[in-house]
Amino acid sequence: MSEYGLLIDYEYCTNCHSCEVACEETHDFPPEARGIRVFEDGPFEYADGKWNWNYVPVPSDRCDLCARRVMNHQQPACVHHCLAQVMQFGRIDDLVEEFKKKPRQVLWMPN
Amino acid sequence: MEFNDDAVKMQDDVGKPWRYEEDGCTVTRTCVWSAPGCHPVGCGLKVYVKDGEVVKIEGDENHPVTKGRLCVRCLAMKDFLYHPDRIIYPMKRDRADRGKDKWERCSWDEAIAIIKKNYDEVKEKYGVQSMVAFMGTGRQGNIGATGAHRVLGTPNGCYPLSGFSCYGPRVSITMDVIGSSYPEIDYAGGLPGGYEDPAFTVPEIIIQWGKEPIYSSPDGFFGHAIIDLMKRGAKLINVNPRITWTGSRAIENVRLRPGTDAALAMAMLNVIIEEKLYDAEFVDLWCYGFEQLAERVKEMPPSKAAEICEVPEEQIIRVARLYANAKPASIAWGVSIDQSPNGSQAGQAILALMSITGNMDVPGGQVLVDMTAGDGGMQEDIDSVGWPEMKQELRDTIIGREEFPFYTGGLKMSQADRQLDALETGKPYGIHLTWLGETNIIAPTCSAQPKRWYDALRKVDFNFATDTWMTPTIQGCCDVVLPLASSLEMETIVPTHYGGSPNYVGALNKCVKCGEAVPEWELYRILGLALNPEAWENREKDFKEFYDIAMMRAYEFDYDELQEKVVIQRDVSYRKYETGKLRPDGAKGFNTSTGRIQLYSPMFEAVGENPLPYYFEAPTTPISTPELAKEYPFTMMSGAREIGYFHSEGRQIEKLRDLCPDPLVELNPKDAETYGIKAGDWVRIENPWGLAFLKAKVTPIIKEGYIQAQHGWWFPEEDAEAPHLYGVWKSNINTLIPHSRMGKLGFGAPFRTTLVKISKAHEDDLVEADRFGLEGEDGKPLVHTDNFFRIDDPTLDPTAR
Repeated sequence: MSEYGLLIDYEYCTNCHSCEVACEETHDFPPEARGIRVFEDGPFEYADGKWNWNYVPVPSDRCDLCARRVMNHQQPACVHHCLAQVMQFGRIDDLVEEFKKKPRQVLWMPN
Repeated sequence: MEFNDDAVKMQDDVGKPWRYEEDGCTVTRTCVWSAPGCHPVGCGLKVYVKDGEVVKIEGDENHPVTKGRLCVRCLAMKDFLYHPDRIIYPMKRDRADRGKDKWERCSWDEAIAIIKKNYDEVKEKYGVQSMVAFMGTGRQGNIGATGAHRVLGTPNGCYPLSGFSCYGPRVSITMDVIGSSYPEIDYAGGLPGGYEDPAFTVPEIIIQWGKEPIYSSPDGFFGHAIIDLMKRGAKLINVNPRITWTGSRAIENVRLRPGTDAALAMAMLNVIIEEKLYDAEFVDLWCYGFEQLAERVKEMPPSKAAEICEVPEEQIIRVARLYANAKPASIAWGVSIDQSPNGSQAGQAILALMSITGNMDVPGGQVLVDMTAGDGGMQEDIDSVGWPEMKQELRDTIIGREEFPFYTGGLKMSQADRQLDALETGKPYGIHLTWLGETNIIAPTCSAQPKRWYDALRKVDFNFATDTWMTPTIQGCCDVVLPLASSLEMETIVPTHYGGSPNYVGALNKCVKCGEAVPEWELYRILGLALNPEAWENREKDFKEFYDIAMMRAYEFDYDELQEKVVIQRDVSYRKYETGKLRPDGAKGFNTSTGRIQLYSPMFEAVGENPLPYYFEAPTTPISTPELAKEYPFTMMSGAREIGYFHSEGRQIEKLRDLCPDPLVELNPKDAETYGIKAGDWVRIENPWGLAFLKAKVTPIIKEGYIQAQHGWWFPEEDAEAPHLYGVWKSNINTLIPHSRMGKLGFGAPFRTTLVKISKAHEDDLVEADRFGLEGEDGKPLVHTDNFFRIDDPTLDPTAR
């Protein structure tokens, strides 16, 4: 047995919403109480002309990492459908190694 | 969350056949293309069907480009298929009840009989030219061409968007300049190894010019390929008045004044030629008119363009150098260029940039279609179905022919603005029957001045529609509706870019049936056999044969093979001007009259347009109409896409509406403060042509003095009946776009350069939109008059006087 989680490279999250709608479809969750939501930071401009505009998908308390799917050897619905391919499902220990490789990522370990 | 490591070892469905059984479901692998509305990208789906009903949709990881990824419109497709508001049976309504929700279900036979009765009467009384087939955007069937020419037998197929301000101008111009369809950026879509294929090179620079493809996947291009390329090292330069999300990751944001693209492109050419940064060998061997172009762009030094575009001179020089020195580099040409009256010239100059830097048809540059081995002639084949058989004297009656021969001759469609003029004035002849083919004309999507279109269409003797949903246009104007199938209910093919670009072709494999809905091509045959039998009897035995003959005759595979393989890549090859694959005759060079890329266009010259790019100010700006700008100080842009909607489609679907519940207008925080507008407030937007209300989104991504308004809005949950028509007038920003402000070739409209004023509105004000522009102060209907405005003769503009 190992702890599993999601590694999200938010440098490339485009707010396409596919994770949210894939989650609603897979679990029959209503939009207001789905298993993942994309949060927005920005947009705002720094004095040097650079823009801060990030989207970060955050699993909700009801995210079970698509237990039924993964036990059936399928990726979680959000990971499978992410248009920008910024999400990875895996063992926390493995994801930590990936996490070290580049900045602008977040690592989630849901309930 | 803990799992047993062995229990969660990932597997995928790569290598599965096109149809297989799994967990009591039949799984069909397929590609999609409208409906739900989309351009021909053909993303891969696995559709799980149980007892004749779709129970699950997954992205198909076998697809060479989409690889299992899927956007929200396909993810929510079950809600599209089985939504109670979808039209799945034919319906009829008495002509006297237009605008009333008094539809009655009828049989196909009865619906066809009603259409035929009206068709025969109109044909006998006024002739077939008095009929028009209107089409929407991105749909499979080409109702504007095949539907008009072969089914109705009229020359007048029409895409009603003012100045055909979407893709048509781009294709027409590129056909003339480079002898090919739009040269899409190379994203390895046709290479078996994808981005890692040895034949491919990642572009060092991608210029997104008036384009944010990640949310729209435009024209057949999988938009998130941009992200794939960024991850592999491509740097972005965005040419866009706004900062978009990709702009926050770009190395440059050229925030030009909308409508000034031609000046910017000419100044970049000026720098590249002046500093000798161009590919001299390519220019020498493969371009025509370089000296004349060089002479012309001397007139546009970066200092001058900087003033016109309102961007720093140094930035123009820097971007020109970055682009010219990157090997390879690509430019993604956005619809905002097609939507400018000066867009033909901007496009011409952008094609010159791609060409003289040696980026045409090279790995990681722009890719062109192989004219000898497949897609090349396909678009023409589809467009021309029915046209060659039409008598010359009938073809010559196409609306707008004399004024706009390049438009009507190239696209074989009537000029959109002149089509409205004909409907309103009966000149050059009256219009007595229309077919509204999947086009929601009066919603703010597919026309300028939708209230005028609405008034004009309501006066036509007979209107019928083919569609997947009830729309305000059908509710307001039509007498019969025929139900169209969705992507999952049909067998057909999806070639990227309508066949105009290489990459791949996908099969739409039928998964289910909903009610009595039929696919477009099948519908053509049913209607054609009833209305215009001589064009259909003893021809293709079924619609499948129609594909093989009309759509696939140039491919080396047939429909059955494609169905089994689901996607076939088109095997991109490069530098085809050296191998003779760009010309049907197999000669080296480009498929143009000179055999070279025509930086100087003899065709433009022949039709009265300047053969070289030039800049002119858009028709309504603080510079061209300073008096108007005093009262209407804001410049309104429109057309940016929301990923959950396809223009006016999708607002009934709860999961999609949740992503974007309200019509939004972006304004700068300083302007919001000046006008006392807070986020979420209703904003009244008006000008001499129209009025609309949208909710404020206060954001720094837009410059002061500009607003960006969402298009496509109507409210399926509101009162269906006229004049409200599901609230179609409330947020109808196209009412603010003046009619007939196109360029000399008949292309473009001020969808991104319209002057308006704004103020804070109250909920009670919103009802005004149902009256404004439809009735006068006396409560009587307004009568619209002639408005034969041309960009080169502003004195004809009644509103400017």
